[in-house]
Amino acid sequence: MRRDIVTSLIGIIVFTVLLGLVYPLVITGVSQVAFPGNANGQKIYVDGKLVGSKIIGQSFKTPVLEKNGKPKEEEELVTEADPRYFQSRPSATEGGAYNGAASTFSNRGPNDKATEEADAENIKEYLELNKPYDAGLTVAKIPVDAINTSASNLDPEISQANAWIQAHRIAAVRKLSLSVVDGLIAKYTSGRGLGFSGEEGVNVLELNLALNSLSGGTK
Amino acid sequence: MTFAGWLTIVLFAVLLTAFAMPVGSYMARVYTGERVFLSPIFAGPERLLLRLLRVDSERGQDWKAYAKSLLIFSLAGWLLLYIILRTQNAFYVPSALNPLGYHSAPWNVTFNTTSSFLTNTNWQYYSGETTMSYLSQMIGLTVQNWLSAGVGIVVAVALVRGIVSRSGKSIGNFWQDLVRTILYVLAPLSVLIAIVLVSQGVIQNFTTYLTAHTITGLTQSIAMGPVASQEAIKMLGTNGGGFFNVNSAHPFENPNGFTNFFEMLAVLIIPAALVFMYGRMTGNRRQGYAIYGAMMLMFLGAVVVAYVAEAHGSPAQHAAGLNTHVIAGSTGGNMEGKEQRFGIAGSALFDVVTTVTSCGAVNSAIESFTGIGGAVPFANLSASEVIFGGVGTGLYSMLLYVLLAVFIGGLMVGRTPEWLGKKLEAREIKLAGLGILITPLAALFCTALATASHAGRASISELGKGPQGFSETFYAYLSQANNNGSAFAGYTGFIQPNAGNVGSHGVTFADLLGGFDMIFARYAPILFALAVAGALAGKRITPAGLGTMRTDNPTFVVLLIGVIILVGALTFFPALLLGPIVQGLTGHLY
Repeated sequence: MRRDIVTSLIGIIVFTVLLGLVYPLVITGVSQVAFPGNANGQKIYVDGKLVGSKIIGQSFKTPVLEKNGKPKEEEELVTEADPRYFQSRPSATEGGAYNGAASTFSNRGPNDKATEEADAENIKEYLELNKPYDAGLTVAKIPVDAINTSASNLDPEISQANAWIQAHRIAAVRKLSLSVVDGLIAKYTSGRGLGFSGEEGVNVLELNLALNSLSGGTK
Repeated sequence: MTFAGWLTIVLFAVLLTAFAMPVGSYMARVYTGERVFLSPIFAGPERLLLRLLRVDSERGQDWKAYAKSLLIFSLAGWLLLYIILRTQNAFYVPSALNPLGYHSAPWNVTFNTTSSFLTNTNWQYYSGETTMSYLSQMIGLTVQNWLSAGVGIVVAVALVRGIVSRSGKSIGNFWQDLVRTILYVLAPLSVLIAIVLVSQGVIQNFTTYLTAHTITGLTQSIAMGPVASQEAIKMLGTNGGGFFNVNSAHPFENPNGFTNFFEMLAVLIIPAALVFMYGRMTGNRRQGYAIYGAMMLMFLGAVVVAYVAEAHGSPAQHAAGLNTHVIAGSTGGNMEGKEQRFGIAGSALFDVVTTVTSCGAVNSAIESFTGIGGAVPFANLSASEVIFGGVGTGLYSMLLYVLLAVFIGGLMVGRTPEWLGKKLEAREIKLAGLGILITPLAALFCTALATASHAGRASISELGKGPQGFSETFYAYLSQANNNGSAFAGYTGFIQPNAGNVGSHGVTFADLLGGFDMIFARYAPILFALAVAGALAGKRITPAGLGTMRTDNPTFVVLLIGVIILVGALTFFPALLLGPIVQGLTGHLY
């Protein structure tokens, strides 16, 4: 008994040092030397300013302003979709959409009225935003990822179908040809892992940054 | 459903088997004390560690001594982890390792979390990035990710030793087995996995949370931390406790389709390899193949159901008018609570991989799975984690089922049941029976208590109406009893209005009931498994006769699957009817 207690106490301390300090520090050291960009979160800077991480989704809505010019707040900042940018999937993180410091599941059940209502709300918003530029757009043509929240609520990608629909709006607002926008979508679509694992998706932040750096068109 | 989706599933099964076989042979050699290719590197550290621990590794332990070492070591780990988590912002914690100055979570939540990580459950009532300091994640949670995995594996090894032992009482030495597991099995794989993950975009740093200014004039805060080191052992040790709240759905934990596939392999590699190790250690590899076959058949069945159900879409989507079929540029399906980069197949497969094992990591919201898709994790848990199962726990639980199946087979042919040359008698059957029934007993007892009491229903989420609320509760205690840790995440035991735990409080009923559920359902079966090992170790081996029922052929595989499904179905079917099955059979919205 005593022997076991002594061994356990020494053991837990030794293992804590080895596995809790040495191991993470070794991995950190190797990572920071071999893959510094990845290990630090694939930060993207524009004009020296941090605009986000390549693999953490963002909201591309703009703050709604009050008459006095201040951003409107109703518990959270009120925002509306910026038609000049591709919009990410709906997000329900606390403290505003795409809060990268508080990932959360939406936990919407498959048979919940609340899920249907949230979907209906998102469908309405999506149609209002895109239908004016794509007359043939109907509910049945909207890809599911544009309406359903993701698991992390920080999904950096949208489906190609979602991007192709939004491309009509982007082209019209920015006065670009549709083929230029579709070309960019193809450029920022990542393939499946090893060619089969997962699905293809379009990185929204990279795509929007590419739009901004295009010459020609309006910004 | 897509071709790539089905291909992913098939290739996964093939690659898993291909990798697990050599690892299994390797592990058999490690635990029988043969030299392996890593011996030149680890033999020195192994001796040093054992000397430091004052262990005489030559001395074998009988099952009681083995169990005593295991329990005392677990208790020491429990106490240290509790202290670490409760002193998260003490004066001696360097601020670089708690950059946001997080306070400790309340006592009841910490009780639950500590019990959870000790038992390889990794049930999380807290959300990583708003609750835990980097130091707590490293020296607290990461350490138990290793040790709880190690403890599970050594129990399986001890049981196999008891089964094949030709004489005597010894089932090995707990400390030596633990040190070997960590050095020879977990360490090389974990380091390799961590570095591959970083190369794909999993982060590993100690910087404070970032503040980004987006191109549309918003600010975004982004959580950081030493993620890859914890992620690797989280998957490899079938722990499943995420660094971040959304676990493997978070892009910093699981950045792309490749890492998703890789992490799934990491989860199943050891549970699968242990089965091949068992075959080798019994001296008849076909014994391992038979069990592997039974596991793989049940696994694939679960994957197919989950994939088809999720690709079909949910009643809520259809009611809103969405088209859930495959269209150009989108694979449709129930994308609520799923990430674009994994898609339906990658989410369904991941879900099955982590719920057949005791991993419990998630890359999609199980609460948002369709009724039938969500019934799959329920069914996996109802089979008591024997379809591969957790590291070690899977094999020893499965071997108890094998014992039961041999007994039932023996009754059918009317002979004293024999298993690998050993006569099975009343004592072993009683122990195995109890070992098998503990987990369902704990799960159903806690679910009943939580559904029937006001204090228990307080944990059900706002959205959990009708059968969904029951499903949340049932899943919570089923998952904790199976030491799985995945969740219908709406069920809560922790109210946290602000990040950093200021002003937060726990739901004592859910925290404590869950904590005891995990501890009881972890250590009681371990004791039964070790007792079976002890009972078998002393038995003489008699040569197999003509009438001996074979345990290495397809007939036995069918019998084994039958026994598992029958026990699981009879125990859980009534409860399952009230939750997921109701939802799966109706399109009704609540």
